[in-house]
Amino acid sequence: MSDQMFKVTIDNKTIEVPPGTTILNAARMIGPEVAPPAMCYYSKLKESGGKCRTCLVEVSKGSEKDPRPMPKLVASCRTTVMDGMEVKNFTSPKVVEARKGIVEMLLINHPLDCPVCDQAGECHLQDLSYEHGTEETRYDFNRRTFEKEDLGPYVQLHMNRCILCYRCVFTANQLTGKREHGVLERGDHAEISTLLGKSLESEFIGNIIDVCPVGALTDKTFRFKNRVWFTKPVDAHRDCPTCSGKARLWMRGEEVFRVTARKDQWGEVEDWICNTCRFEKKETKDWVVEGPSEISRASVISQGHYAGNVGTEKPQVFIDKIIGKQPKLLLDIHSISDVNKKGVTLSKIDGPAHSDDFGLKNK
Amino acid sequence: MQKLTNKSIQINRDPLTFSERVYLPGLAKGLAITLGHVFKKKATVSYPEVKRPFSPVFRGLHILNRDEEGRERCTACGLCALACPAEAITMEAAERKPGEEHLYREEKYAARYEINMLRCIFCGYCEEACPKDAVYLSESVMPANYTRESFIYKKEDLLIPGNKK
Repeated sequence: MSDQMFKVTIDNKTIEVPPGTTILNAARMIGPEVAPPAMCYYSKLKESGGKCRTCLVEVSKGSEKDPRPMPKLVASCRTTVMDGMEVKNFTSPKVVEARKGIVEMLLINHPLDCPVCDQAGECHLQDLSYEHGTEETRYDFNRRTFEKEDLGPYVQLHMNRCILCYRCVFTANQLTGKREHGVLERGDHAEISTLLGKSLESEFIGNIIDVCPVGALTDKTFRFKNRVWFTKPVDAHRDCPTCSGKARLWMRGEEVFRVTARKDQWGEVEDWICNTCRFEKKETKDWVVEGPSEISRASVISQGHYAGNVGTEKPQVFIDKIIGKQPKLLLDIHSISDVNKKGVTLSKIDGPAHSDDFGLKNK
Repeated sequence: MQKLTNKSIQINRDPLTFSERVYLPGLAKGLAITLGHVFKKKATVSYPEVKRPFSPVFRGLHILNRDEEGRERCTACGLCALACPAEAITMEAAERKPGEEHLYREEKYAARYEINMLRCIFCGYCEEACPKDAVYLSESVMPANYTRESFIYKKEDLLIPGNKK
């Protein structure tokens, strides 16, 4: 390879990139203001991309040698740059319009069960439809539904929510070495399945939860325990013999509700973590807490969370020193409230909580 | 001194006239005003026998709604708690088990749902946020009580009665 660099202009911003770089990666090098959204492309997974079409861009000038524009919109995750290429992303009304259609298409069979879904709040499809989609659906027919399939004690599959990005398939292929699930059938019937009702228990299989852009694959040990935005993300690490041990804890008070990998600004995993870290180590003493994770201010997860050590460190109380006695508590909410009751520790329950965990008498 | 406003009244310091000195005409005038008020329309109503008309947008005590088949609508999505500016709402969710389909509309439901009425400011944001039409602010005024404990409204207090078989 020569050291020649290709000059590419995306949304009137020019950057020099090595040959072989895709338009999407070149745009990401410039910054998030020009980077097209991607639902299926994952920079850490080989062969990913080219399926969801959300990263479509208009190439208004092919290259310096052949300045003709490309006749159709191209998938930027699969198209490599040429020298002198000019690309229009958000500045092209054609792209904006096409992306609207793509979002509508992805949402045709997507159930609107965000109130139930555990991914809500960190869902890429939610962000995508909010930023690039239309306000309402025009689809009148019944949505595609699948029968529920059990994938074992760790991963919860909701095939209805899947957008068939194949990320989980590539993750299982490239990370675990032994893939036990895949996409069966064709077209409208295509579904993620293990075919024979196997359970996914490979050591790194938990990462398919993190790569899933929607709520199709969710953490069964966190299922329905809490909403994402009520838990506080904290970066922590531990000495793990199998993986890097760098993880993000989703805490509420002293309880660790969920462990995920850390994600970068493109929503991609920084370091893969193993199942032991993800599913077994749900106590504060297992981890060395580094500090609160950085969350975009636009995200719902940042609500009620403050910078610095607020919320992770207990504030010093000195009202008793000032008034010379313990202040009189007129109502201890924990003595009357049933929520967060002692004896029902949600983060300690293996799967989702049921009526008997709460002692509800359902006829 | 210069007057700041023209609201002040100059007091009449003249010696009292005969009718003022005998006092009785003044007394009669005062009693006439009192008597006049007896026949006027009362400004108060005898609550709770008589109730004032409420505005159609009045926001009173919360209720948790059920659907047409009597199943609980709430799925514990937490949007009401998120929208609540007073942080009065808390909840814990559970997964519906097979055989509980007649009780809960969705796969997930609120096992615990509490509104701290001491914190609630009746802004109605929870009602607006609810994607499942589950929480509503009714037209009844929240009853007063003697203890603080009684203002923590639990799911049993909020849920409307279901159809009993």
